[in-house]
Amino acid sequence: MLWSDIEKLNTLFEPWREFDRLRRELSRISNGGRVDFPAVNVWTSPDNAVLTTEIPGVELKALNISVTGNVLTLRGLRGGEQLQPDEVYHRKERWQGDFAKTIELPFTVESDKVQARYAKGVLYVSLPRAEAEKPRKIEVMT
Amino acid sequence: MQDMAVEGVKREAQASEKAERTRQRKAYLPDVDIIEKKDDIVILADMPGVDEKSVNVTLEKNVLSISGKVDAELPKEHKLTVQEYGVGDYERSFTLSSEIDRDRIRASVKNGVLRLVLPKASAAKPRTIEVRTEA
Repeated sequence: MLWSDIEKLNTLFEPWREFDRLRRELSRISNGGRVDFPAVNVWTSPDNAVLTTEIPGVELKALNISVTGNVLTLRGLRGGEQLQPDEVYHRKERWQGDFAKTIELPFTVESDKVQARYAKGVLYVSLPRAEAEKPRKIEVMT
Repeated sequence: MQDMAVEGVKREAQASEKAERTRQRKAYLPDVDIIEKKDDIVILADMPGVDEKSVNVTLEKNVLSISGKVDAELPKEHKLTVQEYGVGDYERSFTLSSEIDRDRIRASVKNGVLRLVLPKASAAKPRTIEVRTEA
């Protein structure tokens, strides 16, 4: 048996993970492979969501995060290098300019408890689910 | 494939034929700007997740290689529901055309951007060769 077969077998045991991966791939393809800057990843649990995004070179003061209901908006500016008249670009691949991106979350967020951290060009935003929206157990009175 | 890069989507680095990577994970090509200034060549490379300790720059002959290791912090007990980018290491090499003063190369990392300043070697001064007549 080849190693690749064993790997296939492993994915059989975890069909949902494979399904999830396919679904993510498909949603990416349906966007034409194009993603607005900055690219984001969203992790969710029943009570929390964590958004991560790579925005290397963005200064903290040029970054604005706001949350309304279940929508998070990231705004910012990634400036470029100021060139002198005798300086030239040989390559220019890095994205630059103003950006604004809105991300819809699966639940309403407790906006007072949102926490954000920026390190090494990666932004982490922790978004707790609103208390009012959490499923509540209802006591049945006799 | 490299020319087909789509904005905002990271390009995966291809392992070179000579050497294989020791870490079994994806490596991406960092997006770069290369600027030629009067006395220096400046390279800016987007390497989010990398700091000054995890970046490596080597210059061998005229091949400049940059690499960076990323130890991603993944949220525990969460499921990835939206994925627009992948997380992995970075590697990319360039062949330099100008003579570089290798002792004065400077590298710094700020907010996940590597900045390399490669000073040009003072241009070989034109020498006049004296021709003497044989007595």
